[in-house]
Amino acid sequence: MLEALDLAARRGLAHLFTGLCFRVDPGQVLVVTGANGTGKTTLLRMLAGLSMPSHGEIRWQGKRVAPFATAVRAAIAFAGHLPALKDELTAEENLASLVALAGAPPAREAIRQALDAVALSRQRALPARVLSQGQRRRIGLARLAVLGRSFWVLDEPVTALDAAGTDLLARMVADHLERGGVAVAATHAPLGLPESRVRPLTLG
Amino acid sequence: MSAPNAAPNAAAGAILPGVRWSLVRDLKIALRSRAELGVQLLFYVIVVSLFPLATTPERTLLATMGPGVLWVAALLASLLSLPRLFAGDHADGTLEQIALSPYPLEALVSGKILAHWLTTGLPVAVLAPLLGIQYAMDAESLIVLAAALLVGTPILSLLGAIGAALTLGLRAGGSLLALLILPLYVPVLIFGAGSVDAVRAGLGAGANLSLLGAGLLVAVVGAPFAAAAAVRIALD
Repeated sequence: MLEALDLAARRGLAHLFTGLCFRVDPGQVLVVTGANGTGKTTLLRMLAGLSMPSHGEIRWQGKRVAPFATAVRAAIAFAGHLPALKDELTAEENLASLVALAGAPPAREAIRQALDAVALSRQRALPARVLSQGQRRRIGLARLAVLGRSFWVLDEPVTALDAAGTDLLARMVADHLERGGVAVAATHAPLGLPESRVRPLTLG
Repeated sequence: MSAPNAAPNAAAGAILPGVRWSLVRDLKIALRSRAELGVQLLFYVIVVSLFPLATTPERTLLATMGPGVLWVAALLASLLSLPRLFAGDHADGTLEQIALSPYPLEALVSGKILAHWLTTGLPVAVLAPLLGIQYAMDAESLIVLAAALLVGTPILSLLGAIGAALTLGLRAGGSLLALLILPLYVPVLIFGAGSVDAVRAGLGAGANLSLLGAGLLVAVVGAPFAAAAAVRIALD
């Protein structure tokens, strides 16, 4: 369960947002919307523990967490707007490497199945350099599936995804919430989730 | 760990698997982009070979300045490859994933530093005796030179990693890195080049090599923490 108490962020002297309070229970997704430059990515990075709020606190499982807290790092799957792929490595190697980095043993079968599930089985052995933006995004989706983490942070997850990819993402988020996971997503795309699961938050 | 709901994660606090992850990955990427490695080594070979051509063919003079030239070139070769140590991971978002990994960031950074040394420092140390022949250095000097480089070049990678992490995301990062790090390299240069001079003076290289070794130990213990802290600042 994720809570924010009186959260504030500033860029230089200007406040991006102040006094932000919310609570996301297991099985819920916080959908962050707002115009460009209102601090969506900043908020997501704070919740992920990558940057320090200028005021207020973040609680994970009822405990106050500082940036890079161990408890958050053990639970989070962060999908930022950068795909974290290495051009030199193949799709399969990239996925296996990211899964291993998250501390999970990269079982070959699980990696291949995850790539099949995002329709990348034919691109498995291609270097990431030649993949399209959408295909790179799909590797990120496969990563979310393999990791099985309980706290997803998704920054503009539908960017570059086609209709089938967006559907796949919506299905994955729904399954994740069904299992009692927590998610935070900055997106304007309707994910087709039931109202009870969605906590909307508009910045700016 | 104490929270009842926290998912058990074997990776939390595991140092060696963390070092291994980044070491294996960085070496794999280095092997796939061999051309870049070759360019660095070629740079080293060319810089070292320019001095005898530009100065003098006189053997005693060459033997005197040889160790210094080889060390300065090693410093420059190390510096040339340092900006890429974290910049690539920073640009493609991997650094965020590294910082959010359950493995300790210090361990992951150590693996990257080790990979940097294996791909730049080690080849430089291995090539040095060969290149030293151009400077009419005797066998004992060549052996001591290689030994000093073997102990000294890891210090260059370790200190350089701090500078590389501190200059992440800055516009003039590369040149700032040189300004920041080259002064810190000075003691390594003095004791490293000094070890060969000591041998030629009949004093033995023991004292210089011991000091380099001590410096290496301090750097191994301290640099990963400093570099990891700088990486966290760069991400904030």
